[in-house]
Amino acid sequence: MTAINRRQAFALGGGFVALTMMPMAAHAQVSNDAAQSIAKFTGGKEPTKGRIALDLPEIAENGNTVPLVLNVESPMTADSYVKEVMIVADGNPNSGVATLMFTPLSGKAEASIRIRLAATQNVIAIARMSDGSLFTERKTVKVTIGGCGG
Amino acid sequence: MISRREFIQVAAATAALATGTGIGGLGRAVAQQRLTQRELLAFEAVGNVTIVHVTDIHGQLMPLHFREPSINLGVGEAKGLPPHITGKDFLARFGIPPGSSAAYALTSDDFEALAKTYGKIGGLDRAATVIKAIRAERGDKVLLLDGGDTWQGSWSSLKTRGQDMIDCMALLKPDAMTGHWEFTYGTDRVKQAIEGLGFPFLGLNIRDTEWNEAAFEASTTLERGGVKIAVLGQAFPYTPVANPRWMIPNWSFGVREEDVQAQVDKARKGGAQLVVLLSHNGFDVDRKLAGHVKGIDVILTGHTHDALPEAVKVGKTLLIASGSSGKFVSRLDLDVRDGEVKAFRYKLIPLFSEVITPDAEMAGKIAEVRKPFASDLSKVLGKTESLLYRRGNFNGTFDDLICQALLQERDAEIALSPGFRWGTSVLPGEDITFEDVTNATAITYPAVYRIGMTGARLKEIIEDVADNLFNVDPYYQQGGDMVRIGGLSYAIDVARPQGQRISDMRLVKRGAPIDPSKEYQVTGWASVNEGTEGPPIWEVISNYLMRQKTVRLEPNRAVKVTGA
Repeated sequence: MTAINRRQAFALGGGFVALTMMPMAAHAQVSNDAAQSIAKFTGGKEPTKGRIALDLPEIAENGNTVPLVLNVESPMTADSYVKEVMIVADGNPNSGVATLMFTPLSGKAEASIRIRLAATQNVIAIARMSDGSLFTERKTVKVTIGGCGG
Repeated sequence: MISRREFIQVAAATAALATGTGIGGLGRAVAQQRLTQRELLAFEAVGNVTIVHVTDIHGQLMPLHFREPSINLGVGEAKGLPPHITGKDFLARFGIPPGSSAAYALTSDDFEALAKTYGKIGGLDRAATVIKAIRAERGDKVLLLDGGDTWQGSWSSLKTRGQDMIDCMALLKPDAMTGHWEFTYGTDRVKQAIEGLGFPFLGLNIRDTEWNEAAFEASTTLERGGVKIAVLGQAFPYTPVANPRWMIPNWSFGVREEDVQAQVDKARKGGAQLVVLLSHNGFDVDRKLAGHVKGIDVILTGHTHDALPEAVKVGKTLLIASGSSGKFVSRLDLDVRDGEVKAFRYKLIPLFSEVITPDAEMAGKIAEVRKPFASDLSKVLGKTESLLYRRGNFNGTFDDLICQALLQERDAEIALSPGFRWGTSVLPGEDITFEDVTNATAITYPAVYRIGMTGARLKEIIEDVADNLFNVDPYYQQGGDMVRIGGLSYAIDVARPQGQRISDMRLVKRGAPIDPSKEYQVTGWASVNEGTEGPPIWEVISNYLMRQKTVRLEPNRAVKVTGA
């Protein structure tokens, strides 16, 4: 019962460079619109850390399709539920990953998606609750050339 | 709780192993006379459970020389902690006299001289003798666990896709195993091999890529000495990153700390009084995991090939590091009561091959599985005037030899060779056989490539590998040592973040700085990319050695290390 904002999904699918070359160079030059997107979503209010479980690998096996499982702690009743969760990546050419909408009828604020990461970067989730409070969680996902282990 | 007295006894047992075998200026015969099987096996039993652990055997069925690292740096919270101490610091930390048999087994100092005194270590027939003796003494209290990297690392393992090791290990009847290099035989072979094992191959952190569901058994429950034991298995978390993902496209790995906790909780709820994690995470990853996951009594570590003569304690969790290449068997006695480890005693038993009587049944099986390859293995390719070894963070002489062979045989300016931690040592004056070469190279993706790479790309690769080794968060490390580089020198500051560690890259021959925009001819092997073309690495090295006849590797000064 999660709806991915279609515009966001298109942004996700559209503007990504090939992963194979220069992931580190890309990491060194992080300067996408993540901060602006977050500021727009929060209205400049500082979100509290917590209530979100962001299941992402520490090191991506394939940057082109990284499994992400999101869980937000909430009773999901008419009085108290998760309204929406914005997910951004601060090292992709475009920061937008997805915005997930929930209602009390969702039952759980849970989603499983696959995202594309062009380089080592932070994936940041921000949840807006029905009372307007904001929570956040982040994880660094390393995108590596691979090999040489063992 | 573990009493102070127990700690002292553990320390005393370690000291006994060391001091009883000190040789001073005595010769080989006297040294060996003073070292006995009885002494190596001596153990004052404790409690109701005995865990026997072997790991990272890497296809080594025969006794061997294996030089432990002289450089094994730790970063972040692991800096200066075992296993990140070497040489004299290691000896001092564990109270081991220089020149003793324990010093020879555990460190690199005076390796050449001590190797001549104490001879080869290991051999699965020696391991069998020790394991049988422990079982005879402790009966139904014993469980045997194999930490993986068992089926790969030799020519016979490669040619039989691990069947040689599977057949030999079957005689030891392990209770469970986990894996890493096992997966480089590909999905079908792994599935087929597991079916015939007769014991579980565990991997709680492996899911299928399609549905994100468990792909392997997470745990096995055993009863030993009246104690219900849950053994959880953790495969190498970065197998599809460090090794070819295309060989196992449907399996996804990862550290998956939450899954480990969930499995521990499930085991405890199911009545397990002892929870053991059979791990191929690597020591630093396990040390962090032990601090985060509650309820694990013992972590049997693997992957990073560390051999520690004492258990390391993190909270209530004991970490055991049993070395590699079949050099050691670990024995851990536990007194488990009321769902808690009340006392323990631990001994890392080095398998001095000239002291321990080989088990006849295993010796026969080893001879049988090696027979089809005997003439290939014994083929002499050349001779070395200096010690050939691999283990160490930045370089090893065996890798220098491989890089020289690559540069010459493939006519390139720069050679890249993976920082594998397995591979045996060859003493000065010894012949280099095809077995020695394949002990360092026998993998399922051996093609030697030759491509053009810009200086910028080279730096990126070196930075990337350095971060896999020196990221301050162990969960972002992959294990393995630094990529070995021929024809290129560089400086590394291990304390800096990724992208800033590597500087002063130069071509060794002319001393010219590497130009980021210039393209260089680069050769290497063990590419994780599908469809890499070129001759197998052992063929390239064999050709080089047959042309050279005799090699002598000078100390490598191409890497300047700071920040350690």
